[in-house]
Amino acid sequence: MRIRHLPIIEIRNLSFSYAGAQRKSLNNVSIQIERGDFVVITGPSGCGKTTLCRCLNGLVPNFYTGDLSGEVLVCGKSIRKESTGSLSRHVGFVFQNPENQLFSLTVERDVAFGPENLGLVREETRRRMEWALKATGVEELRDRAPYELSGGQQQRVAIASVLAMRPEIIVLDEPTSFLDPKSSQEILQVVARLNKDLGITVFLVEHRLDLATRHSNRVVVMDKGSIVLDGLPEDVYNERAHLIGIGMPKVTVLFRLLRQDGIETSRTPVTVEVGIEELRKILRS
Amino acid sequence: MDPRAKFVVIMAIFVISLIQTNVLALSLILVAQVPLIWIAKSMKRWGASMKGGFLLATLIFIMNFATGSTFTYSIAMTIRFLALLSSFSIFFMTTSPDDLGLALEEAHVPYTLCFTFTTAVRLVPTMATDAQTVVDAQRSRGLELDKGNLLKRIRNYIPILIPLIVSAIRRSVELAEALESRGFGLSVKRQPVTVLRMRKSDYAAILAAVALLMLAAWASIYAQLPIIEIHFELPRLWCIV
Amino acid sequence: MISADGVHFTYPNGNEVLRGIDLRIDDGEFLAIMGENGAGKTTLIKTFNGLLRPTKGQVFVNEIDTKKTSVASLSRNVGLVFQNPDHQLFCETVRDEVAYSLRNFGYSRDIVERRVKGILETLDLVPYMNSSPFMLSGGERKRVALASVLVWNPQHIVLDEPTIGQDYQQKDRLRNFIVQLNSQGKTVIMVTHDVEFVAECRPRVMLLSRGKIIGDGRADKILTDGRLIDQASLLHPQISLMFSSFNDLPHDVIDVYSAYTIVKKRIRGSRNVIASL
Repeated sequence: MRIRHLPIIEIRNLSFSYAGAQRKSLNNVSIQIERGDFVVITGPSGCGKTTLCRCLNGLVPNFYTGDLSGEVLVCGKSIRKESTGSLSRHVGFVFQNPENQLFSLTVERDVAFGPENLGLVREETRRRMEWALKATGVEELRDRAPYELSGGQQQRVAIASVLAMRPEIIVLDEPTSFLDPKSSQEILQVVARLNKDLGITVFLVEHRLDLATRHSNRVVVMDKGSIVLDGLPEDVYNERAHLIGIGMPKVTVLFRLLRQDGIETSRTPVTVEVGIEELRKILRS
Repeated sequence: MDPRAKFVVIMAIFVISLIQTNVLALSLILVAQVPLIWIAKSMKRWGASMKGGFLLATLIFIMNFATGSTFTYSIAMTIRFLALLSSFSIFFMTTSPDDLGLALEEAHVPYTLCFTFTTAVRLVPTMATDAQTVVDAQRSRGLELDKGNLLKRIRNYIPILIPLIVSAIRRSVELAEALESRGFGLSVKRQPVTVLRMRKSDYAAILAAVALLMLAAWASIYAQLPIIEIHFELPRLWCIV
Repeated sequence: MISADGVHFTYPNGNEVLRGIDLRIDDGEFLAIMGENGAGKTTLIKTFNGLLRPTKGQVFVNEIDTKKTSVASLSRNVGLVFQNPDHQLFCETVRDEVAYSLRNFGYSRDIVERRVKGILETLDLVPYMNSSPFMLSGGERKRVALASVLVWNPQHIVLDEPTIGQDYQQKDRLRNFIVQLNSQGKTVIMVTHDVEFVAECRPRVMLLSRGKIIGDGRADKILTDGRLIDQASLLHPQISLMFSSFNDLPHDVIDVYSAYTIVKKRIRGSRNVIASL
């Protein structure tokens, strides 16, 4: 017997335009995210990815006012009725710029900031802080000043500080934009571990699909405020996606070119490993 | 050392300096701070702030001497200024903004105010780096800050100020977003993970400070400290001037 | 030509960021300077236009010692485009923003008019000519910043992390534009850690690590050298990762189109062999 769970995020006919804007940033978006999903959202600049993220923790419509229609339910709570603060218990948000989301003089204090805001008792805050530092691997940095750390370390601390609030969902808006390739890979591995080991639902906006795809079970492509593709990476990275213009992994592009010449493979590789397997097959035949 | 205890000690030094007008006493107060600075390992920075105050100190000396006070008295006033400057420097040099914020918080200053204060201080080095980048970027477009008459030079700062202000605003918005997303302002009652604890040494310092204060007060009324009068033969030069 | 001779640079806080750089960039070259954050890439390019002067050693631009000239005069030949356009935008209109540098360099009004119009056309910014640069999107602001440097037509163009924050289409356009600039004879130097972007342009690649040059050569040789890649904290290009698992495929392929051509030839070739049997 299959037990039906309620989706952890439910978005119905969501439209939004920022105050004073001419056009809509989101145009009748509907989507359901299941608990434990690792969703990658991608699309050309201006497609509404960031706005969608902001709808998940209440920054829209509380911080960014505007014209909102439709419904967004996060862990059963409506963003129209809850404040960003109260939604922060369920949704953690990691921003693009590592610098501006950390403001304390020590890493410890930044990580403790969230739980302190929840009014928790000191021991509970300390416990959560220790746990978050460990889960993200930044324990040795605890006494360092955040602004002295590298971008990769800062993002890990940002994840820790969000994790300390024990959210069920973590939203990350292009977290690797300012990071070098190795740090980007490490950050995504940290997030993937949180998803796999702790069951945290991940909503990741990314352009670097070559790094993010391997961890995801679902890719959503947006264009001009709407969702145009949604499914498994191998199904989504097709001709249509190419026409919209997303940064598909080179592996996938290679096999796309081969397919245009009639050289078919049984599956569409989206990671290097699968690419190697498929390449072996076609070279052998 | 707990910032609150430190504050009491500094205030005591402040009041004692004001009560005393004797050169010897004031010199003592200034010199007594040096071992404290040595312990705090801030000799260089203290030296820098003393150098900064040198101009003002000279001004104070001239103002006193020129308006008819004795040489000794003028020196005393200068030393008093230096003693005050020195004590406040020590306080701010040895207390991190975070600790200050915590002290304010425990003094029941509203959390939002404390936070504003510590964040403002914490953003100073970041803004400085920003400023340098903006200067670099504009110089790379041919901006020459050291050329032209006064009006031109002032106008040359517009391409520096505007990006700085825009950058500062952008930074604040991003910071505000992050704060909102982590529940800032949710609870009025916060239990910060780091607590300021007064140790025995802190209480001892407070007691010592208060005792010294009372001693100084009593001494200024009842005791006769050796008065040193230095006669300085300057009048002849004044006549020429 | 830009050359560096035993260049060391230490910041006032004592941090030694460049530890003996010797290099030579000829006119018209296309170079990518890569390396982990903190390797000294940005510091190095700041020595090219005099913003930073080496604490030891010398940097020569067109045979002039950078210690002996001003930033303004060096900038006429070396156009440095900074990473974050918000660190330079300040004018009321895009047109004024782009004209700013020309005015600093003392060009006459008609030349300013002509050149500004020209560069706005080249970079598709004409519709925004009279708009406020602050109202534009991130990608558009980056183009304005680029225009404001290209407008004075420097011989050498240095781009600091041009791909950050850009989506796939923007990067594609940027790559085409950079290649075009280079084909017009301009020296193009870009600081980047976007390995896949560099793999598609295939410039000369210089790897920096902890203030020293650890690799310098063609992109397909440098980016497939596992040891160097690891030392510089970069990632292997996906294509090279794939091909390195095959003994009978070349190990210095980094871009998609070359890979596709090779695989296609290999398959067609073997099919012809089978067909002829």
